[in-house]
Amino acid sequence: MTGTIVIKNGHVFDPLNEIKGDRMDIFIRNGKVVTELSAAELKDAKEIDASGKTVMPGGVDSHSHVAGAKVNVGRMMRPEDHYKFYQKKTPLTHSGCGYSVPSVYLGGYEYSKMGYTTVFEAAVPPMEARHTHEEMRSTPMIDMGGYLVLGNNWFLMRYLKEGDIEKAAAYIAWMMRTHKTYGIKCVNPAGVENWGWGENVNALDQANIHFEVTPEDIIKGLAELNEMLGFSMPVHLHANNLGHPGCWEITRDSLKIPKSVKAKPKDPNVEWAETKVNPKRHESVYLTHCQFNAFGGTSWRDFESGVKGITDYVNSHEHVVMDSGCVPFGDATVMTGDGPAIHDLYVLTGNKWSNTDVECECGSGVLPFTYLKSNPVHSVQWAMGLEVLLYVKDAWKSIMTTDSPNGGPFIKYPQVIAWLMSNKARQDTLNECHKWASDRAGLASETREMTLNEIAIVTRANAARTIGLSHSKGTLGIGADGDVAVYDINPAKLEVSDYESIIRAFENAAYTVKGGEVVCQKGEIVAIPEKKTYYTDITVNAEEEKKMIDDVKNWFKYYTIGFSNYPTPEKYLANPTPIKIDAEV
Amino acid sequence: MAEVILKPTGNFDLTVEAEVVTPDNFAGKNAQDIGKLLVWQGPKQFPISDFFEVVGNGGSSAQDTTIVIDGDVIRVKRIGEGMTAGKIQVKGSTGMHTGAAMIGGEILVEGNTDSWPGMEMKGGLLHITGNALDHVGSAYRGSWHGMTGGRIVIDGNAGNQVGGGMSGGEIIVGGNVDNFCGTRMNGGLIAVKGNAIRTVGAEMTGGTLVIGGAIDKFTPGFMQTAVESDLRFNDIECPGEYKKFAGDYAIPQKGKGVLYVSAQNNEDL
Repeated sequence: MTGTIVIKNGHVFDPLNEIKGDRMDIFIRNGKVVTELSAAELKDAKEIDASGKTVMPGGVDSHSHVAGAKVNVGRMMRPEDHYKFYQKKTPLTHSGCGYSVPSVYLGGYEYSKMGYTTVFEAAVPPMEARHTHEEMRSTPMIDMGGYLVLGNNWFLMRYLKEGDIEKAAAYIAWMMRTHKTYGIKCVNPAGVENWGWGENVNALDQANIHFEVTPEDIIKGLAELNEMLGFSMPVHLHANNLGHPGCWEITRDSLKIPKSVKAKPKDPNVEWAETKVNPKRHESVYLTHCQFNAFGGTSWRDFESGVKGITDYVNSHEHVVMDSGCVPFGDATVMTGDGPAIHDLYVLTGNKWSNTDVECECGSGVLPFTYLKSNPVHSVQWAMGLEVLLYVKDAWKSIMTTDSPNGGPFIKYPQVIAWLMSNKARQDTLNECHKWASDRAGLASETREMTLNEIAIVTRANAARTIGLSHSKGTLGIGADGDVAVYDINPAKLEVSDYESIIRAFENAAYTVKGGEVVCQKGEIVAIPEKKTYYTDITVNAEEEKKMIDDVKNWFKYYTIGFSNYPTPEKYLANPTPIKIDAEV
Repeated sequence: MAEVILKPTGNFDLTVEAEVVTPDNFAGKNAQDIGKLLVWQGPKQFPISDFFEVVGNGGSSAQDTTIVIDGDVIRVKRIGEGMTAGKIQVKGSTGMHTGAAMIGGEILVEGNTDSWPGMEMKGGLLHITGNALDHVGSAYRGSWHGMTGGRIVIDGNAGNQVGGGMSGGEIIVGGNVDNFCGTRMNGGLIAVKGNAIRTVGAEMTGGTLVIGGAIDKFTPGFMQTAVESDLRFNDIECPGEYKKFAGDYAIPQKGKGVLYVSAQNNEDL
């Protein structure tokens, strides 16, 4: 029977069920976690002996740039990223190359090797949705979905300015369905539109050109619309002024805006896995890559970590969850919808640079970047990324990412986990860093060492819970998807000072199980599983939708493509999996 | 010192990728074992002995091993790639990527070489007695970090993009160069005795570039800072009077590169 397996005697970490390393068996039948298998089923089932090993739900990455136009620009402009990092084809797998921006095949395999089974693309420009889906469809091994970039959308800014909230809601619902995307992404609200005129916004109350809406208007508007429509995930915010010294304050102030918005995720058409912890979000904002938005100081000379200002706020408020955007050093490719931020990096570095304007919708920038331990600013950024996760007291408020490939490629996650779990790992790296890493950040005196349970929270359980996928992902509760990672770590004998062994274990999972099938074993891909593509399908008032469509058709004269060519049909998705929500608006 | 002689005998109608031909790989092997080492030709791998007659055994270490290629191997690429010690002597001309990424030791080519000699080289000596085509000591396509150490000597002429993206080490060209000499250079030294065509030092952000002959079209983003005579960089001498420029001012990292141009051969500047 396919998708039927027993994982015996492992030390299981399932934070959503408050299981913290208990030795137990996990049974999976037809790709779903079940209480037990019958004697007859057991006879045919595959069995994994996980004794002395760590068992977690499959990894979930809730913010990674892995598919779409700007990722592909990163590939095209960086042949030097490819020729030293490649993999030959095997009878089962494709060849592939690319260190910081891998080809779609290699990206899927590399995630699977680390025990990840679900990855969400962080930014899908509506006009590039089709391209993004083509790449997601070709990315093997992982279930996927993408967030739709809406923070500088002409139609939305117009509706927000006019206060036409019903039409704005209908527009968002229609856009999600049209582009087969999952949640709302808001990048440098109001600022990217100004970038079309060579400018940016610097304050939350600064109205942008022509549309005359402020970042505050957009953050508040999108957060309210998000809850009005009952999205499974909170509005996903890339705050203003990213990458500029002193930007931590505007980030903290941005987090205050959705404080009064109450999280109201609606019940979608899904069966919920059994969990002890409430699997639904209560947050109204999901801040991304906090590190890049937490710069302190006033210039590069007095640059310092501003992380504490944000984590203090997050620790004392319940409406915020965030991911870290860690910097593990080495080659990276910065890519974001925040065009002006990348332009500033171009001026700073002189590196090759790509900039794109996505008509009526958003923009993007791409630039190769190398983080060096010898560089004062980079070494502080390294410390900051870890501070974000270590200063947040409740791991359920944070998610571990590198904003791949912005802070560094996702294949460095095992290294980041080692730094989080081992103070010795951090101190050893601090000794290799520029002294600013010790002087301009508080990491040196931080002694917290994350437990395996906390690692399971920040790398799967909370990522899944935050984006509303804990009905089937990020948990091993009964009814969940049979996605499991087995790591060569014996919690009973774990010495975190031997951090190299932590890195090795998380780099190549002993087993990656997807849908009850072993797909990767010790770094070797052994099966190519079926994959799903999630998107959100929200039903709204038909009359309101019709009025909105009339507007959109009318305004479509500003686009260079025809209205009928705009949508992405379902055939572009691998196993389209709509999350259906009735918004009752 | 042990000597291994490779005499070309095979059919090179498709180019052969011979990155295994290094003293490091030959050391500790006898002629028969060396002959069994595999090289790529198109999509297939073949033993070296299909292409070369192998005479002599490798030394006990790379340091003790000299490889002599007895004849032209213009269809053989990547000779000496990544070698750390020892010597390769080619009695003829070589194909692309000769001595690419070499770390130490010495390669002597008694003839010409194709493009990319000493690409991203880190150390050692690469000496070509004839001419070289493009990308001498430069970065791989897309990269802005070319050779970081070692020395490349071209007795004849070199083509385009000599030292493109160069970060360290030295390139000495006895003859002329074509376009984009020292483009994106950020460290190291390029000394050209002869002439250059155009875009010399374009977008350079560091390092030193010397042109002893005439430059046909001078790069616009440079400003003259001084006049100096009889330049000397360790053992490299550039006699005569030179106009000293700073540049390239066309990009954000302004004026950190140094360009010397012969005063006598560039009176118009």
